[in-house]
Amino acid sequence: MKTTILDLPEEELLNPGNRACAGCALGIAYRVGLKALGRDTLLVVPPSCLTVLQGLFPIAATKLPSLNVTFASTASAATGLLAALKVTGRTGVNVAAWAGDGGTSDIGLQALSAACERGDNFLFVCYDNEGYMNTGVQRSGTTPQWAITANTPFKGKMQPNKDVPAIMAAHGIDYVAATSAAYPLDLYDKVKKALSYGGVKYIHIHTPCPPGWGFEPRYAVKVGKLAVETGLYELYEIEKSQLRHTGASLKLMEKRRLLPVKDYLRAQSRFRTMSDAEMEKIQDLVTRKWEGYFESFDEIEGGE
Amino acid sequence: MQIIETGNTAAALGVKLARAQVIAAYPITPQTPLTEKLSEFIESGEMQAEYIPVESEHSALAICIAATSAGARSFTATSSNGLLYMHEQIQWAAGARLPLVMCVANRGVGAPWTIWNDHQDSISQRDTGWIQIYANDHQQIIDSVIKAFCLAEEVMVPVMICYDGYILSHTHMPFDVPDSEKVDAFLPPYRPPYALDPADPSNLNTVTMPDGRADVRGDISLGYMEIRHLLQRDMIEAVPALERVEERFQSVFGRGGNPYVEPYRCDDADYIAVSLGSLSYQLHDVVDTLRDEGVRAGVLSVHLYRPFPDRIIAEALNGCSGVVVFEKALSYGYQGPLCSDIKSALYRHAEGRPFVTNYILGLGGREITTQDLYEALKASCFPDGGAGEETRWIGLRFL
Repeated sequence: MKTTILDLPEEELLNPGNRACAGCALGIAYRVGLKALGRDTLLVVPPSCLTVLQGLFPIAATKLPSLNVTFASTASAATGLLAALKVTGRTGVNVAAWAGDGGTSDIGLQALSAACERGDNFLFVCYDNEGYMNTGVQRSGTTPQWAITANTPFKGKMQPNKDVPAIMAAHGIDYVAATSAAYPLDLYDKVKKALSYGGVKYIHIHTPCPPGWGFEPRYAVKVGKLAVETGLYELYEIEKSQLRHTGASLKLMEKRRLLPVKDYLRAQSRFRTMSDAEMEKIQDLVTRKWEGYFESFDEIEGGE
Repeated sequence: MQIIETGNTAAALGVKLARAQVIAAYPITPQTPLTEKLSEFIESGEMQAEYIPVESEHSALAICIAATSAGARSFTATSSNGLLYMHEQIQWAAGARLPLVMCVANRGVGAPWTIWNDHQDSISQRDTGWIQIYANDHQQIIDSVIKAFCLAEEVMVPVMICYDGYILSHTHMPFDVPDSEKVDAFLPPYRPPYALDPADPSNLNTVTMPDGRADVRGDISLGYMEIRHLLQRDMIEAVPALERVEERFQSVFGRGGNPYVEPYRCDDADYIAVSLGSLSYQLHDVVDTLRDEGVRAGVLSVHLYRPFPDRIIAEALNGCSGVVVFEKALSYGYQGPLCSDIKSALYRHAEGRPFVTNYILGLGGREITTQDLYEALKASCFPDGGAGEETRWIGLRFL
């Protein structure tokens, strides 16, 4: 399945003029994600940037029914909606939860894990802007190492981030994907594919945040692409336990050439205190990881 | 049909008869047999509902909140720290105006750990915007659960049915199980005034500003404070609404009575003991003994704790010279919460000013002996007997 921009449904389910910050990549991800979900969808949203984007009472930016819930309860609320649809005899309605990285990897993880274990049939989307951006850029479980945040103000975060898609894949669910707001068609196809599976489906969206990461609003897509082209962030899917890279990350395998991680890190002021030596260390990790990918890619290609 | 069963089973039968459609619960003693019974009903096909086994009480109520928002009749149950873990969701359910029903098998709260009965769990949720009803026996448990759905759906405020852990939850007692067809006539299927639906999309519980804002047509919406005021207005409206529910219940099932308070020998009483839950019935024996000794004592059991029917309570206490409040909960640093509420009701509505004595007892399951109750009440009936108006503890061993 390879959707082109001409194939996207024309109907907009996200109104323009919403309250997202200038250049917010969530605007792209949400707009395209909702197109893939379609009108017959119930949304669940915990407190996050999306709560703001969706608007202040009595105005809503989303044309889909949406339930705002408490921070820790996103996945459980999705389960509750499913149960209600079932007992009231309504079929053909998607349930999709959209949470930020804090609402997914920190406070929301317990409920999400339980829903996976129960096999509840909904899509869980994590738009990962790598911090508590809505509350003023505090560190989260997915904030990368070295990033300056409001509560890692001088030295940057000391710990590496959680690998949330790997945690989700460990639940043995049928579909886990990592995509990026900078690649909306990759995102669209993944949402579509996710909907073909039962149980919890998980999609992780790398979502550049101009004020939180420290770059000009016009560069959100550029920064998102740099994350992928440097090999720091990967587009892939884990379908029934089979991992495969997609889109731009797959192309990197073919080209066998990554951009230097410095291009990505130096484009954002949150990494301003990182020394060249620290960046080199990250470069080494990425290079080694991708060399492994190239080898196994060659083996597969050679075998065909 | 008369059966002899536990209080938890009485609650489960009430939930089944009320045809709750979505049930989510997390195990905690002493609530567990209630949810086990519901699982049995559902898995055996006796009851048509979705039972969601969750990983926490927070999620249990999250599921009920979402399910009710999408139009399903929902139920959960918990105790003690489970109820405390729900606290955020409890507030949310009331603010979102969802007609949920929850049973609380009352248990003390940690630390230190206790699994035994007192009322600190549900009393600590007093100010959340839920209707709170305390049942004194198994018949009241099953009837209250059925009436609770009716009341909740009429005023769109969630209802908590509280009953004493072990003392009621785990003891066997005879009670009548209402006829299913009669319950269906009394409680029709839930017709939500609004529900999440792609055909009529709405965004529920959005960020709401201190002042109302214009919608796309230019009409000014309610602000946060107006929305909260409506909750208070409808909580107050729940007092007469409960009477209407009770009257209908009585006409269908032929039992019931005063839904607010249960007076015992109060008419000519000089001294009235006040309490919540099963303790009231233990106080009946004490009052009988005091009456035999020539002391005109009575018992007032409070069923409806929130909204607090202050006028009704003040009327029930009118003319007595002393009120003695026995409580299994405490507002630490002050006095028993029921005592404060009773005093407030008397201040507003009573003609005279009876003295009010407050006893704290039975915390963490400390046994409440009838002898202790007798001595405390007797001391209070004679103000020179040394009881005074300070909050006193009954049954302390070492202090």
